[in-house]
Amino acid sequence: MKKGWSLRKVSIEAQLLLVGIPVVLWTMIPVYHLFLFAISPRDKATSGKLWPENPTLQNFEFVFGQKHFYLNHFWQQLGNSLMIAVATGLITLFVATTAAFAISRLKVRGGRTVMNMALVTYFIPAAFLAVPMYKTMANYGLLNNRWSLILAMVTIASPYCIWVLKQASDKLPWELDEAARIDGASPLQLFWLVYVPLMVPSLVAVGTYALLLAWNEYLYGFLLLSKETDLPLAVALGNFLAADDSPWELLMATGFIYALPPAAIYYAFKRYMVSGLTAGAVKS
Amino acid sequence: MAEAVALAGSPPRRSSNTWNNWGRLLVLPYIVVFLLLVLYPVSYGLWLARDPQSYVKLFADPIFFRTAINTFIFVVVAVNLKLLIALGLSGFFSQTRWWIKIVAMLFILPWAVPSIPTILSTRFMLNPEWGVINTLIFKLTLKDGPNWLNDPTLALSLSMLMHIWKSLPFWTLILLAGRMSIPSEQYEAASVDGATRWQKFRFITWPSMKGLYLTSTLLSMIFTLGDFNSVYLLTGGGPADLTHVLATLGIRYLRLDQIELAMASIVVALPFMLPLVYFMMKRLSK
Repeated sequence: MKKGWSLRKVSIEAQLLLVGIPVVLWTMIPVYHLFLFAISPRDKATSGKLWPENPTLQNFEFVFGQKHFYLNHFWQQLGNSLMIAVATGLITLFVATTAAFAISRLKVRGGRTVMNMALVTYFIPAAFLAVPMYKTMANYGLLNNRWSLILAMVTIASPYCIWVLKQASDKLPWELDEAARIDGASPLQLFWLVYVPLMVPSLVAVGTYALLLAWNEYLYGFLLLSKETDLPLAVALGNFLAADDSPWELLMATGFIYALPPAAIYYAFKRYMVSGLTAGAVKS
Repeated sequence: MAEAVALAGSPPRRSSNTWNNWGRLLVLPYIVVFLLLVLYPVSYGLWLARDPQSYVKLFADPIFFRTAINTFIFVVVAVNLKLLIALGLSGFFSQTRWWIKIVAMLFILPWAVPSIPTILSTRFMLNPEWGVINTLIFKLTLKDGPNWLNDPTLALSLSMLMHIWKSLPFWTLILLAGRMSIPSEQYEAASVDGATRWQKFRFITWPSMKGLYLTSTLLSMIFTLGDFNSVYLLTGGGPADLTHVLATLGIRYLRLDQIELAMASIVVALPFMLPLVYFMMKRLSK
């Protein structure tokens, strides 16, 4: 009896491993290949070995020293990515928080319509909106200006942020608002002293979401910006593909550097991100 | 749900004008964003697509026909495959083991890192001459591996796998959240009654998750229509423009300075997209 039970247990563990091992391989192979490429000398990157014979940090030295034609503006482009991501995060946070507060707590007239406007926007596939957005930015005279990318990213990020924040706001107890009103608080005081402090976890989640969305974006940057010194790193990486003799190992080293901050931020805020974002994505 | 919670308290009466004026002021930034960067571009885009001649030209383009088929395959096959795997994996990740926690941490990586480096990394793996996959195939079989991205069927399939690789973690998390909200007593009771694993899934898990599963499928279809990166960065739409989907074709026309065609190709997709959007709006804005 006892043996039978443990046999069953072993079989369950084996079945779990049979799922777990392929999942890890499937997930990690492209990431590990990226890493392997980044630490391999130029001609050794594709040998098919699991670990390079002479791992090197030389590729990173090249990248940081901007010692290649494709990398002439590396630091500037890294800075652009950072500037665009931070600006998108802050502006989105402002736009979404004020809107969610007005709709959910102040019950502004027409709030429901605004929420529906945001939701419809959320359902426009980003690559479809990109076509008229390009023309729009041209009409506004913003092409080749980093603000065009920031504004486009705010447009794409804010609907989801408003939605998530509204869901979270609706759960705050009304007694807080009532009490603040009775004490004679103004709407702004209610916003700063009651609402924002209570919403911090959700604000962290949506701010990070918008920031990462902008940092990771490729298509809009590729369409809206073209001057090398304006490009975010994502677009600069895509440009490596233009030539046949591209230095792949440098591209992978740059890609690795570019992928690190979002991964670090994601894991640092994992607690907020997973619960904050998955909760709003699909209402069950 | 949330709406019900809000109603349970006593919502404030639409009181003084000051409060409503503040509400208007605070909602204004988003309205400005919406008018200038959503309503204007969309209306302008539709206006650009008004010429019937654009559609004649579009339908005469053999690439468009191929693209429509590719998009259909991409949205139907990739999304359903992805969600079926996500449903299965949500069961795997709901098990409590120390090592499954580590697997979960790693599993989230594709979603946490930007697309470009990982897609380009995959693209290099698939390089027919010096990519690691064909190097291994040659070492093992002494034969040359296939020219992966030069075969339209293989290339489109690989794009779909790339798409699944990137977005599987997100949907697994969503379905995992749904699965975790099922009370464990139900499973315990079923175990006492001697239910098999399949019966537990069939009679407990699925009935409480099918709504979420359907919503996820539709939402993922909408998002997948907009997936530019998985196709463009892996295949570039090639070989010979045979692996385009609508997302990349619109951008291709745009880059060729044929914005009317680009908008027309999007307008053609609207009859398929709007029912999805309508259904999602009804579900989410209840």
